[in-house]
Amino acid sequence: MAEDNLKSTVLNALHRELGARMVPFAGYDMPVQYGLGVLKEHLHCRDHAGLFDVSHMGQVILRGPDVALALESLVPVDVAGLAEGRQRYAFFTNDAGGIEDDLMIANRGDHLFVVVNAACKDADLARMKTVLEPRGVSVEMLEDRALLALQGPEAEAVLAALAPDVAEMRFMDVATVMIEGVEVWVSRSGYTGEDGFEISVPETAAEALARRLLADARVEFIGLGARDSLRLEGGLCLYGHDIDTGTTPVEARLTWAIQKVRRAGGAREGGFPGAERILAELETGAARARVGLSPEGRAPMREGVPLFAAETGGDPVGQITSGGFGPSVNAPVAMGYVPTDLSATGTRLWGEVRGKRLPVKVAALPFLPAGFKR
Amino acid sequence: MKFTEEHEWLDVDDEGIVTVGITAHAAEQLGDVVFVELPEVGTEVSKDDEIVVIESVKAASDILAPLDGEIVEVNDAIVDEPGKVNEDPEGDAWFFKMKVEDLSALDDYMDEKAYKDFIGD
Repeated sequence: MAEDNLKSTVLNALHRELGARMVPFAGYDMPVQYGLGVLKEHLHCRDHAGLFDVSHMGQVILRGPDVALALESLVPVDVAGLAEGRQRYAFFTNDAGGIEDDLMIANRGDHLFVVVNAACKDADLARMKTVLEPRGVSVEMLEDRALLALQGPEAEAVLAALAPDVAEMRFMDVATVMIEGVEVWVSRSGYTGEDGFEISVPETAAEALARRLLADARVEFIGLGARDSLRLEGGLCLYGHDIDTGTTPVEARLTWAIQKVRRAGGAREGGFPGAERILAELETGAARARVGLSPEGRAPMREGVPLFAAETGGDPVGQITSGGFGPSVNAPVAMGYVPTDLSATGTRLWGEVRGKRLPVKVAALPFLPAGFKR
Repeated sequence: MKFTEEHEWLDVDDEGIVTVGITAHAAEQLGDVVFVELPEVGTEVSKDDEIVVIESVKAASDILAPLDGEIVEVNDAIVDEPGKVNEDPEGDAWFFKMKVEDLSALDDYMDEKAYKDFIGD
């Protein structure tokens, strides 16, 4: 059973039945790996299809007149221009221009469907209620739905065997689909750098759907360990590590997620927390930047490793925020923040590991080309 | 074969050379090993010196010298292919061999049965 005071997802018993090693994560008792182990799970997902239980994440429905415009007061993203049946990456910002959480926003016709990180979901819910409810928007955290992610090059074939229509979906499309008489909400997205789907399913039907997907020989259950190495190779930020309340979207190089209409000179310029700083940084740049980092040796450089501009002397110029071994790259990979003038791809820096400065090069992100079906 | 509480195995040959590796239990707990750093041959070590760094997909850990002595051979094959540590931890994937002055110090360590009890196997 789960430890006291840890929450569990509806698939907890299934994880245990399938031999998962469970760890506390964001207040939940979650599988870090199954029998295959992190390395093989990672490679399986890149080669075939991996199933992830991400039911710990927060699923929220926003409903009301002008819900999109209301939500724009919390995110620097074009929500009003998001077409029905489409999804978009966003982040909640704070007054200092930092990031409070990152999230997905889907336009499901008569409402917006938002998915937020588990560790932030209570704060996100409170934030949305405070700002959106006075504007006539209802904010409902769904407590009766699980969330599965099916990721990898064979994900489409696996899911299409149960719901043929999903083959027609493109990256970031969302749709309501029936699978064996159960209504599920599918998005063609994920957080591994692979093509794939996230599937919101009623808790009562979640275990049956998971078992059905796992019965396909192409599918393996994948734990949080491989989820982390997959997203790291994909150049994707982990909230609380690569982005947090003290990093701005410009520093984090997430400016692609801020559409022109919300920037200086746009029709709905600003109007989100921290707009002054973020709009200014969009014009003039930020002092530091999130970059990919490839250690030149085989030693992994993990979160917290300080970065130096020279092999000896001097103060740290930056720090690694995520790092480890990249099974598909077959080498250590990392992300971190460096001064903008040291952020060009190929710049050599030194990371201090166990008291020794080891060479590391600034690398382009992602480390592997994304497999999205655009 | 002797075992330490740090999950090392120690095997003494006829010439008093001690081969050191990690147990299958340790390898399983570590998860997939992706990096190994070994001491240089000729290094004089004291018991409990941190002489090996081993990194798995999850974390870094140290391996301590189990005895006073001199490193006489290291297994470069596991540096080139760290995954061998998971495949054959108690065989081909030994870490280093050391020459030890006082083999009686080995008596302080567990035999196989005691080690199995120790890990609750």
